[in-house]
Amino acid sequence: MFSYVIKRILATIPVIVIVAAFVFLMLRLSPGDPASVIAGDYATAEDIVRIREALGLNEPILVQFTKWVGSLMQGDLGISIFTNLPVTTLIGQRIEPTLMLTLTTIIFTVLVAVPLGTLAAWKAGSWIDRGVMLFSVAGFSVPVFVLGYILIYVVAIKLQWLPVQGYRSMFEHGLWPFLRHIIMPTLTLSVIFIALIARMTRASVMEVLQEDYVRTARAKGQSEVKVLLRHALRNAAVPIVTVIGIGIALLIGGVVVTESVYNIPGLGRLVLDAVLARDYPIIQGLILFFSFIYILINLIIDLSYTLFDPRIRY
Amino acid sequence: MAKATPTKRPEPVLEIKGLSVTLPEGADREFAIQDISFTVGSGEIVCVVGESGSGKSVTAHTVMGLIPRKDLKPVAGEAVLNGEDLLVKSEAELRKLRGERMAMIFQEPMTALNPVMKVGDQIGEMLEIHTGMSGSERDARILEVMTDVNLPEPKKLFDTYPHQLSGGQRQRIMIAMALALEPGLLIADEPTTALDVTTQAQILVLIKDIQVRHGTGVLFITHDFGVVAEIADHVVVMQHGLVVEQGPAAQILGKPSHPYTQMLISSVPSLIPPDRPEPEVKETALQVHNLDKTYGDGGFFKKGRQVKAAQGVELVIHRGETLGVVGESGSGKSTVARCIVRLIDPTGGEIMISGQNIAGLAEKALRPYRRDVQIVFQDPYRSLNPRRTVGQSIVEGPMNFGLSHSDAVDRARELMRVVGLSPDALERFPHQFSGGQRQRICIARALAMEPKVLIADEAVSALDVSVQAQVLELLDDVRKRFDLAMLFITHDLRVAAQICDRIMVMQNGIVVEHGLTAQVYANPGHSYTEALLSAAPGRHTEFAKLA
Repeated sequence: MFSYVIKRILATIPVIVIVAAFVFLMLRLSPGDPASVIAGDYATAEDIVRIREALGLNEPILVQFTKWVGSLMQGDLGISIFTNLPVTTLIGQRIEPTLMLTLTTIIFTVLVAVPLGTLAAWKAGSWIDRGVMLFSVAGFSVPVFVLGYILIYVVAIKLQWLPVQGYRSMFEHGLWPFLRHIIMPTLTLSVIFIALIARMTRASVMEVLQEDYVRTARAKGQSEVKVLLRHALRNAAVPIVTVIGIGIALLIGGVVVTESVYNIPGLGRLVLDAVLARDYPIIQGLILFFSFIYILINLIIDLSYTLFDPRIRY
Repeated sequence: MAKATPTKRPEPVLEIKGLSVTLPEGADREFAIQDISFTVGSGEIVCVVGESGSGKSVTAHTVMGLIPRKDLKPVAGEAVLNGEDLLVKSEAELRKLRGERMAMIFQEPMTALNPVMKVGDQIGEMLEIHTGMSGSERDARILEVMTDVNLPEPKKLFDTYPHQLSGGQRQRIMIAMALALEPGLLIADEPTTALDVTTQAQILVLIKDIQVRHGTGVLFITHDFGVVAEIADHVVVMQHGLVVEQGPAAQILGKPSHPYTQMLISSVPSLIPPDRPEPEVKETALQVHNLDKTYGDGGFFKKGRQVKAAQGVELVIHRGETLGVVGESGSGKSTVARCIVRLIDPTGGEIMISGQNIAGLAEKALRPYRRDVQIVFQDPYRSLNPRRTVGQSIVEGPMNFGLSHSDAVDRARELMRVVGLSPDALERFPHQFSGGQRQRICIARALAMEPKVLIADEAVSALDVSVQAQVLELLDDVRKRFDLAMLFITHDLRVAAQICDRIMVMQNGIVVEHGLTAQVYANPGHSYTEALLSAAPGRHTEFAKLA
């Protein structure tokens, strides 16, 4: 197990290197002078020189790469061109809302989707099953921003139950303001993941319910609820956990739309602002940061398998 | 047609009276079981015997209340357990009876236990559901029943998961679970079919022993008359959902009156090899020298575990003869077959075919030799592509080797006749055939390549006994007709006795004995061969002569 973790962490190094090389070349290989591209159409000559120097673009490309990798190793993702702040600082400032939104979404999704999928599998073919499947198809089909604006219109503007937009930190403003602001973004973001995970749970549990050991459990006189919870669900867990993990990874990267709709100052907004401003150091830093998160989540998913299935040993 | 039994039978635990269960619409017959009646007395083993589709499993599952009521509906009769009709019970009442008054063990101990739950807890669950025992009382009782089924070191096994145990140990866990509450009725649905012959013998002894000690009534479902001869007090023979004959074991085995029973019993292959003329030594078709196959997972940091699946295997087969390879699961017999066909790559040694050593040959150089060795697998349900017609499956191979489509179809039509099927059936899909017919198709497919060597890897093991006899006859027939060298791999000593000229016995990857079939059976030279022969169920009964 320990050697497996070490192996997996070592195996991530080539992935990170490839991503880093890609990110580095993205700017340098684009046509024209990167500095003037970054500076935009209305920049003065001094601006371009300043940017060129800030990015070290005057030096040979190999020297640039070595320096860049060297600073990466020290956890330095570079300095933002427009705000003049280190990229790590910017990510640090924006990470809380994104992390919180991801967390609330995942908790809500799992609490709704897993029971829903299990119920649908148990009552396969009934109206409950058909209802869950209908919801799944609808959940996949409705775009996130449409759902977001519908919720804002109905819940925030017409009913005036919840604020239209913004974010309040749980640590600064307390739990209730935090919840009031996070409920609608969470709902908006959850729907598609509930649809996905409920479907996966249903398929996985349905398969397990055909297994011989479920028949054995029934032959013991076990109640249906316990057959489902104790025998079926845990055996069905591996594919479900995989989808939940992929969901988390997608969420962290995919909150751009939701954060924009609800004006939440998270990483999604940072991505959007950086792209619009062509602030390359931020874009590079975020790409590296997200790919690192993906790798970490994948490792956690793989390790979590051992909790559910004793046959899996690394 | 229940017969009056001459001997006095014990008080019934289970009485099945005129029970009928319907099949869903669109099935090939209206009833899964129709108007069946029999009883299981306390302390008595009643064997229900029949081939696949006879309704024996439906009967057992109906008693347990485990049939899907949507598809299978009991429409008439009663199933009375200790004076109470099970068919009128609610689901909650049935749950209470299951485990406490009646318990069931299943065919596949590999899949019947929950893979993610410790075996001790799985036994404990039975006590948790039905008793108010405290945790420590439960643990004590679990260890007690584990000891009762002769599991070694129950304390240690308590915390293991099913995949860490052998097949026999798992089945003992299942039996311990079933017996935890000392139910009056134990239903055993083919409990030894998936086990090795020596393990089967031990489990049969255990079931018999428990039934004597606890006075349990056992409803034992099997297709194997060897097993019946071993343990049955009373026998019920079923065919197409009907009880065709029943009576005391000695009577059914000794003087079967119904033609179906007679046919079933006479189909059981004898353990005594028939007089085969010693085969004249012809051209060598296949020679294997010092074959090794090692499986290993080389670790990154540590040396991985290595399994020697086959070690130093030597064999020669001449054209026109059959060499049997017998052994239990894990003995390496299938590994040898797969190496010879080069479905897996041997670790070392030589495989000589048509004067060429193919053991280490690269895929491209190997290709011309592939047609010389063909294989027929165990499960005819899974070895034909369900989306292709039988004809497409048969002509594919020869056409890969340059035969024109029309010539390949002609050959396929001819071979369908050889295997006893109509050439018109080439247009049909595998699911439209029975298991025996599919195996005939698989044989035709192999023959279409005009091989020199035909490997039958447990080719008749999944078939009903009556069908098995026919397919064996066919294999022997094509061997003669095409002068094939046949490598016949089986775990079944009865089958091997009937078809093999020579026998090779394998254990843990090593050939422990090799000789002419009649000699090996009469005077086994190795203790393992002796153990295999003495474990064969019903070895004291000579079935064919009785019928």
